[in-house]
Amino acid sequence: MDDFLAARSQMALSLGFHIIYSCIGMVMPVFMAIAHYQYIKTGNVVYKNITQAWSKGVAIFFATGAVSGTMLSFELGLLWPKFMLHAGPIFGMPFSLEGVAFFIEAIALGFFLYGWNKFNKWFHWFTGVLVGVSGILSGILVVSANSWMNSPAGFNYVNGKYTNIDPMKAMFNGAWFSEALHMTIAAFAATGFAVAGIHALMIYHKQNISFHTRAFKIAIVFGAVAAILQPLSGDLSAKHAAKNQPAKLAAMEAYFETQEYAPLVIGGIPDTATKKVNYGIEIPGLLSFLVHDDFKTAVKGLDQIPVNEQPPVAITHYAFQIMVGLGMIMLAIGILYLICIWKKNNWLFKPWFLKLFIFATPLGFIALEAGWTVTEVGRQPWIIQDIMRTSEAVTPMPGIQYSFYLFTFIYFTLSVAVIVLLQRQIKMVPVVYDVK
Amino acid sequence: MLTVIILFLCLAILLYFLLGGADFGAGIIELFTSEANRQRTRSTSYQAIGPVWEANHMWLVIAVVILFVGFPNIYSVMCTYLHIPILAMLMGIIARGTAFTFRHYDAIKGYRTQTLYNSIFIYSSFLTPLFLGIIAGSALSRRIDTEATNFADAYIFCWLNGFSIAVGLFTVALCGFLAAIYLIGEADNDFDIKRFFKKAKMLNIVAFFCGGLVFLAAETSNIRMAKWIFGNPVSLIAVILASLSLVLLWVSINRGKRYIIRVFAAFQVSMILLSVGYTHYPYFITEKNGNHLSLLTDHASASTVNVLGWALVVGSLFILPALGYLFYSFRGHTDHD
Ligand code: HDD
Ligand code: HEM
Ligand code: HEM
Repeated sequence: MDDFLAARSQMALSLGFHIIYSCIGMVMPVFMAIAHYQYIKTGNVVYKNITQAWSKGVAIFFATGAVSGTMLSFELGLLWPKFMLHAGPIFGMPFSLEGVAFFIEAIALGFFLYGWNKFNKWFHWFTGVLVGVSGILSGILVVSANSWMNSPAGFNYVNGKYTNIDPMKAMFNGAWFSEALHMTIAAFAATGFAVAGIHALMIYHKQNISFHTRAFKIAIVFGAVAAILQPLSGDLSAKHAAKNQPAKLAAMEAYFETQEYAPLVIGGIPDTATKKVNYGIEIPGLLSFLVHDDFKTAVKGLDQIPVNEQPPVAITHYAFQIMVGLGMIMLAIGILYLICIWKKNNWLFKPWFLKLFIFATPLGFIALEAGWTVTEVGRQPWIIQDIMRTSEAVTPMPGIQYSFYLFTFIYFTLSVAVIVLLQRQIKMVPVVYDVK
Repeated sequence: MLTVIILFLCLAILLYFLLGGADFGAGIIELFTSEANRQRTRSTSYQAIGPVWEANHMWLVIAVVILFVGFPNIYSVMCTYLHIPILAMLMGIIARGTAFTFRHYDAIKGYRTQTLYNSIFIYSSFLTPLFLGIIAGSALSRRIDTEATNFADAYIFCWLNGFSIAVGLFTVALCGFLAAIYLIGEADNDFDIKRFFKKAKMLNIVAFFCGGLVFLAAETSNIRMAKWIFGNPVSLIAVILASLSLVLLWVSINRGKRYIIRVFAAFQVSMILLSVGYTHYPYFITEKNGNHLSLLTDHASASTVNVLGWALVVGSLFILPALGYLFYSFRGHTDHD
């Protein structure tokens, strides 16, 4: 494996790992705060049990999220020193605010996890809310740093020099809002479905029904609403990509030739040699409509982009299809759930209904990883769109593949450990929290 | 504003050393505790650092963010040439944080898994400060060779040398010492308090010898350590104050004072950092060819420095009181959940 490929793979691996923990770190505190609030209001001890059971899981995820995040703040420099040399001062604003947000989050977490029976109950509750708020804030901030790489702003680039740096403009670059919105909703959708799925499994096995149904409800309400909003915000992201990163949009859609009434291609196997998509379904005019709100206007295709500035078409296209496909499935399940609470309350205990949610447990996270693949691979060969190539940014140190193998080993081991630990926590629920 | 961010950088490094160092030290102490007493040490240290370790390690993140936003040149040189020790330190951080959390939150406390968590925790608590010290020692001592033409010179020998390793060992000893002092105040019974007093004395002596080792290594590798320390009044006074506080510390330890010793220990370590830091200021990295990377000249553009400064000032208005209250609330004991 050559060093450049190893560096890219290591970055992708680390981010792909961290994102799972950070989403849970953003969303679970919100769920816990709701269960906790119910407990304080109603005095129903089941809600206290839910809060505490969740908080143990969250502590495991938090530790893993915090250490993998610390790794990332060094990895940016270890792998891409030339990128950080120029980008650091420009897109550093969100990172410095993010540092502040993380700090508040870590402090609040200390209060929350260790503060049972120690503080005023509302203060204790508030520290839990603070964990969630600062988590979401830090997520938004770091995504704003990433969106700067997609739509650079806040500096002038003349003769290889970066001048007139304005960190505020860089932070509020053109893509930040659509990316941060889409990402935050995704975090809620993915975590909501995953948590709901696990509790659905327990209901299905008829264990601690009153505990698990309440937990299920809190999670799925967020999951369902987020899944319904997701395609709308995705449309916003796509319009944005079309304007700022036509190469990415074209790769996502495997759209080779610029044309009027541009078709939307669903599925299919893109063939870059013949510039055709085999076995795909084409809906004429739909791509034009999605991008320009009008069926006729031409959409820029890959033929207008120099070959050495085109991203890998197949990966981007497949990843995009996976994300959208799963998004549609989640949308359908979300709507079904709303119908259930509206009209069909008895569905909640029907095996087919529970099985549906068990099946949907990993979907959100798969979509999330696929979505990031679209964003990051679709930006290639650029690390900063149209300014710096990824290959110019990579560290001069040879032997990166060994570091990649090491990271793979560590993240693999950690993933297994986290899964085993969670399983054990869930297994102990009847022992610790059995409320008759 | 440049002064502000330099101050925050120093503050973050100092606090990471004191607070994060005491966290690592808890594991180091476990390493030097007899099998029979390990469980006791473990439960005291869990009570003491459980609520605060995640916040403590944020100081490192803050320092890194200040470096890459405010001093990108320094950050990228360090990351390039000290890639390997930084990687080793990161491995330590990841292994340590997760093992510490997992061993508490494993719902089934099996003997074999607990033993595994413990040994990961102990060894990574040793390795992380070792490499932190190595990184610091290498950055300051003209080891980084940006003109090297082969792999070993560029990426290995800049940190794999007697001096850097001696600094690493010194760091480890200081962390252990800080932890012992901290745990004295956190332990809830006389037996443990006595044990930690003993450990504190022992580690103080070890630290003293490791300090000597640093001098020795400096002598043999042509680093003018004596000039660093004695060559300017501020460093000299800092060293004298550190020695004086050492005396006070021992007197207080012998009188069994549990909390005031924290002040002396923290003061002593701060003075050591001050004395080394001051002789080098404003240089953060001194390369083999004599080039310096300076905090005063190798910084980002003024607009970046400005917003970074404001972010830090405003952020610290929230962080510092909250952090203080966290430590205050969990002093002494923690209730187990
Ligand atoms: C639960 C996960 C999830 C789901 C169901 C969807 N997405 Fe998504 N998508 C993400 C999770 C995600 C993400 C991982 O969070 C990304 C990566 C970067 C970002 O901001 O969000 C993303 C990126 C992303 C991008 C690239 C933005 C860019 O790089 O500029 C587009 C165009 C879409 N999405 C569009 C959609 C559409 C039309 C969906 C319709 C159902 C959809 N997404 C569902
Ligand atoms: C889209 C990508 C990312 C999102 C949404 C995200 C979000 C988060 C969140 C919510 C947390 C706190 C929750 C937890 O600890 O589990 C976290 C932790 C952390 N992240 Fe990320 N992050 C992302 C990428 C990054 C990157 C690229 C870096 C480094 C430059 C980074 C650095 C960190 C650090 C240092 C922590 C630890 C904070 C602590 O100790 O509490 N993250 N991230
Ligand atoms: C957490 C969600 C994220 C995931 C899953 C992710 C995924 C990826 C992937 C797959 C690549 C490799 C692309 C390739 O080389 O083909 C990559 C590269 C990279 N990403 Fe992300 N990314 C995420 C968020 C971020 C954020 C928030 C930042 C920084 C602010 C970031 C910075 C980078 C950098 C610097 C590279 C290397 C250069 C490049 O390949 O363009 N990423 N990421």
